[in-house]
Amino acid sequence: MTQQMDLNQRFEEYIALDQKIEAKDWMPDAYRKTLIRQISQHAHSEIIGMQPEGNWITRAPSLKRKSILLAKVQDEAGHGLYLYSAAETLGISRDEMLDALHTGKAKYSSIFNYPTLTWADMGSIGWLVDGAAIMNQVPLCKCSYGPYARAMVRVCKEESFHQRQGFQIMLNLSQGTSEQKDMAQDALNRWWWPSLMMFGPSDASSKHSKQSMRWKIKRFSNDELRQRFVDMTVPQAELIGLTIPDSDLKWNEETGHYEFGPIDWSEFEQVVAGNGPCNRERIETRVAAHENGAWVRDAAAAYAEKVADRESRQTSAA
Amino acid sequence: MSASKTDWPLWEVFVRSRQGLSHKHVGSLHAADSTMAISNARDVYTRRQEGTSIWVIKAEDITASTPSNKDVLFDPANDKVYRHPTFYDLPDELKNM
Amino acid sequence: MAGREYEWILRFGDDALVLAQRLSEWCSHGPAIEEDIALSNIALDLLGQARALLTLAGRREGQGRDEDALAYFRTDREYSNALLVELPNGHFGDTIVKQMLFDQFAVLRYEALANQCVDEELAAIASKALKEVRYHAAHSTQWVVRLGDGTKESHLRVQESLNTLWPYTAELFEDDAVSKACADAEVMPLNASFKEPWSTQLQNILNEAKLLNPESTEFHTGGRTGRHTEHLKSMLAEMQVLPRTYPLAEW
Repeated sequence: MTQQMDLNQRFEEYIALDQKIEAKDWMPDAYRKTLIRQISQHAHSEIIGMQPEGNWITRAPSLKRKSILLAKVQDEAGHGLYLYSAAETLGISRDEMLDALHTGKAKYSSIFNYPTLTWADMGSIGWLVDGAAIMNQVPLCKCSYGPYARAMVRVCKEESFHQRQGFQIMLNLSQGTSEQKDMAQDALNRWWWPSLMMFGPSDASSKHSKQSMRWKIKRFSNDELRQRFVDMTVPQAELIGLTIPDSDLKWNEETGHYEFGPIDWSEFEQVVAGNGPCNRERIETRVAAHENGAWVRDAAAAYAEKVADRESRQTSAA
Repeated sequence: MSASKTDWPLWEVFVRSRQGLSHKHVGSLHAADSTMAISNARDVYTRRQEGTSIWVIKAEDITASTPSNKDVLFDPANDKVYRHPTFYDLPDELKNM
Repeated sequence: MAGREYEWILRFGDDALVLAQRLSEWCSHGPAIEEDIALSNIALDLLGQARALLTLAGRREGQGRDEDALAYFRTDREYSNALLVELPNGHFGDTIVKQMLFDQFAVLRYEALANQCVDEELAAIASKALKEVRYHAAHSTQWVVRLGDGTKESHLRVQESLNTLWPYTAELFEDDAVSKACADAEVMPLNASFKEPWSTQLQNILNEAKLLNPESTEFHTGGRTGRHTEHLKSMLAEMQVLPRTYPLAEW
């Protein structure tokens, strides 16, 4: 019991001194559970997040755009992998995490349950969704758990081109034909509100936020980050002549921030509950990839075993 | 069709980012065998030309010091300041030592 | 002469582009995340080769067509890729056998193109591509061995893939007026000259993978002259949809 208290005290000291917690250090169960939940959700979001954009790789309108989009979606697979690896240091296997995703027990970012209807959605996802993600992710590079923080450093470094390529798509569309301009505005209209919801429920009703802030897993509140995103994005939209779909949006000289209209949280809850436009397709696609790959993974494992057997027989014969 | 019966083992990946530097741990991945682990490591961790050489080792083959021994193992080095070059007060005239 | 040059460079480019397009369909459907990333890497390499080759072809043609004009505004009848690369992906074993059959051929072709000094621009593209396709060949070959010598199920599946794809391999080694002109110009030997080293290499791979050489004597051909399978048209319809719907737009 006293040893437990020592360990706990030491953990709290580490957190207070901004020291990183490493994989094999003692940590409270609740801290471990919170991290597993958050990191695996984050990993799932990257993997599911490949689909809405992956849909358009075969239809990219130029070979250059095709290369960029393919590289970007590939990066997302890489980010999912870095994050699964970080979660694995906490004592959960990738199979367990994937199983939770496939059976609907684990959550992922709701934004990926919206359909990608036009090429401008590739621009909007890069500009808004990746923009919001970066806003969320940069503080995580300093989070208290070492393996997660290091994975996030890698992710953030690689993400920097994602938002730029998205904005560039929007820029080109907004300078293009009238059909292209309409396409850009339509995509902004559809992606704006879901992007704001990406920061999660408002501080007052967020159930995990407080403890996560105290543990330095989370460094800024949902509302703070959301405000930052709005302040950053509104001038960018103006620059390319697009209109943010919010009639309440206005600049407040006194606070130095934009005020924006109320978020429709009932929509958010519907999508989180699994009733978004694409929830079912996303999971079905993921499960199919996993199941169709089972014989391949089994074959590779069986082959590795045979080779190891042959080698050990050779060694013992020699 | 059921899920795969066997999870591929976990490998730790070390990359030498350029000649002259030592290999550094960059992360981990799953692979069925060492050949696959090397080629996956190349595709996952050196997509942006981050490496000139890769090591992979099965995570289960690594022996690590236990954190509860941290004090025993590492604190004794704390007071051996004489191992560090700044411990020695030398005349300013002496350069490049 | 210039016309012919355009034609043979276009063939190399079309092979790479069509295969890249097929391979990119795998993105987010791979058997493991690691393999998803590997397949995307290969698709990206092929796409890079296609862009360089189509750009060069367009320049040699001299009609002001760039890589996108050639990729998006030609019909299936104007595409000159081999039939093998346009076949649908099928399951992972089908894809990997298709890759292996083509990769082993691509290594030989790029070796020849990288080592000639008649067309230096083409040689430069080929030397870069050669490093890439050697990696692709190693990747697909290792997988063919794993699947061939893996489980009973995987063995049966890839033997079936091999039997199905086999009839499409002979076309790679056919010669016609274009490839003869290319050989006369000393840019590349006749396609037929690759047959022997390819077959030797393939026999080694099949032995290691415990797979049987298919005995089929039925062969398909026509890709080089624009007579394709039914699959290419739908593939292009998808690939070309945006530029053809909005011909005035730039992206």
